[in-house]
Amino acid sequence: MSVVEVEHLAVRYGDLVAVDDASFSAEQGRITVLLGPNGAGKTSTIECLEGYRRPTAGTVRVCGVNPWSDRGALNRKVGIMLQDGGIYTAIRPLEAVRLFASYYDSPREPRALLDFVGLSHRTEVPFRSLSGGEQQRLNLALAIVGNPAVVFLDEPTAGVDVSGRQLIRELIRSLSADGVTVMLTTHDLTEVEALADRIVILDNGGVVADGTPDELLSANVSDFSFRAPTGLDVEALGALVGGSVTEPEPGRYVAGVAPTPAHVASVTNWLANHNVLIGDLQAGRQQLESVFLKLTAEREPGNTPTHGGHGRSGRGGRAGRRRRA
Amino acid sequence: MKALLAQLRIEITLTVRNGEQLLVNLFIPLGLLVFFSKVEVLNSDEADPVQFLSPAVLGLAVMSSSLVSLGISTGFERYYGVLKRLGATPLGRPRWVAAKFGSVLAIELAQWTVLIVAALLLGWTPDHGGWPMSAVAALLGTAAFGGLALLMAGTLGGMANLAATNGLFLALMVTGGMVVPFEEMPGALQAVAKLLPAAPLADVMIGSLRVGEQVHTGSWVTLATWAVATPILAAWRFTWE
Repeated sequence: MSVVEVEHLAVRYGDLVAVDDASFSAEQGRITVLLGPNGAGKTSTIECLEGYRRPTAGTVRVCGVNPWSDRGALNRKVGIMLQDGGIYTAIRPLEAVRLFASYYDSPREPRALLDFVGLSHRTEVPFRSLSGGEQQRLNLALAIVGNPAVVFLDEPTAGVDVSGRQLIRELIRSLSADGVTVMLTTHDLTEVEALADRIVILDNGGVVADGTPDELLSANVSDFSFRAPTGLDVEALGALVGGSVTEPEPGRYVAGVAPTPAHVASVTNWLANHNVLIGDLQAGRQQLESVFLKLTAEREPGNTPTHGGHGRSGRGGRAGRRRRA
Repeated sequence: MKALLAQLRIEITLTVRNGEQLLVNLFIPLGLLVFFSKVEVLNSDEADPVQFLSPAVLGLAVMSSSLVSLGISTGFERYYGVLKRLGATPLGRPRWVAAKFGSVLAIELAQWTVLIVAALLLGWTPDHGGWPMSAVAALLGTAAFGGLALLMAGTLGGMANLAATNGLFLALMVTGGMVVPFEEMPGALQAVAKLLPAAPLADVMIGSLRVGEQVHTGSWVTLATWAVATPILAAWRFTWE
């Protein structure tokens, strides 16, 4: 079931085009990541879903409701994290959570929630004295205190150190495991890799790709490499995966097929059956990075963007964020 | 109701926790009252300055809470995205506005309690029949200055609002007959100040609470006009980010 539906969304600020004809959806209980470089239109899109902005054109629906015209109904079901700010600078975490809990009919228990986000030892520290990661975790606590069905998180780990990010990602995964629909924006590929059930790549205000990580990778990546002892039977291995397998340098192999779970599994199984140790399988981060760069690179007019599993007809030649004459 | 009370409590807590606001709300009015009652620095005709200063400073306290305290806190809440964030909760504008004004009134009550006790200790002998009228004037003043505060906080940036609110407060305090008796100002300044909200508020305070003084009807009209106009303007122009 689609909890979030965006159809032909356009957002313009005067002459500035922030979002142009974007369409995608997000499924219940899944983590959908809006990925894109800075200025791609992520925040404008998510602010339409949160009811802050009225779309210039197109429609958005959250839980079947128009967020702009029916925001009052939606505010009970939706939790949000703004890209920055949003909390009284002098408020203390326990006060903040209790305050927000009072807005909702059946909120989470404030102390248990602070425990859940790892702030139970910081309940009396003013917001402005918390670290970046602690501030974001409090922000997340306030987003979920009302037991929302959907959360919109605008760059939830921005300005947070590495271990803080891990913590926030774990919290987001556990929300999803509880059936909460999560939509978050990021320009951080490790975030996508760690969280996404579905990726929507935005660039210059339009959707350039939309699909599961696996779909995007298999649609856009044509090989993967791994390390193993030199001298393996590449003919037999190639026949098994249905493509060419080569050994361009001793101990490094390239399989000329997409790194789908099935392909990767067949290679690793074959190696296991031959009692061979595999190392440095290159099918993850680097590959996603190259997909991302390929999709968001400057596109020539007439080029059709590449789409993954949910690909729709490309709109070639869009100039995106541009001034209208 | 639960949300309104929680919001009211947090508004009061945050105001009391803020040192600058405590200074503006309590120590400035109290300091002015004590200092000018005891030290004759103003070249004034007043034989007994505390009789003039006490009701005037009660007016000043209303202005400090509803203009400076409300305006600056709201301006920074807007600047830091707090108001935007609240917009995505079920709190809603009516309860937010009610909590804001409720907290201002609660602070004013505390200010008046302290200032009245101090004034009585300094030898003030108020006209007790004037209390109801002064309370009505305080409410009208709260609406007028509160509207002005929200109008500026909801349209200007964080720092511009801070500067404008403080500047306006100083100008209104000096020209409003709250420290210097109104009649002792130059005629041209009086003519302008009469049309602003501070001088009419001070006039009603002094007229109702000082023995032997009368309120000018014009002051009620001006004060009430501001009390209606600025909240309407604020509601019309206020933006949440």
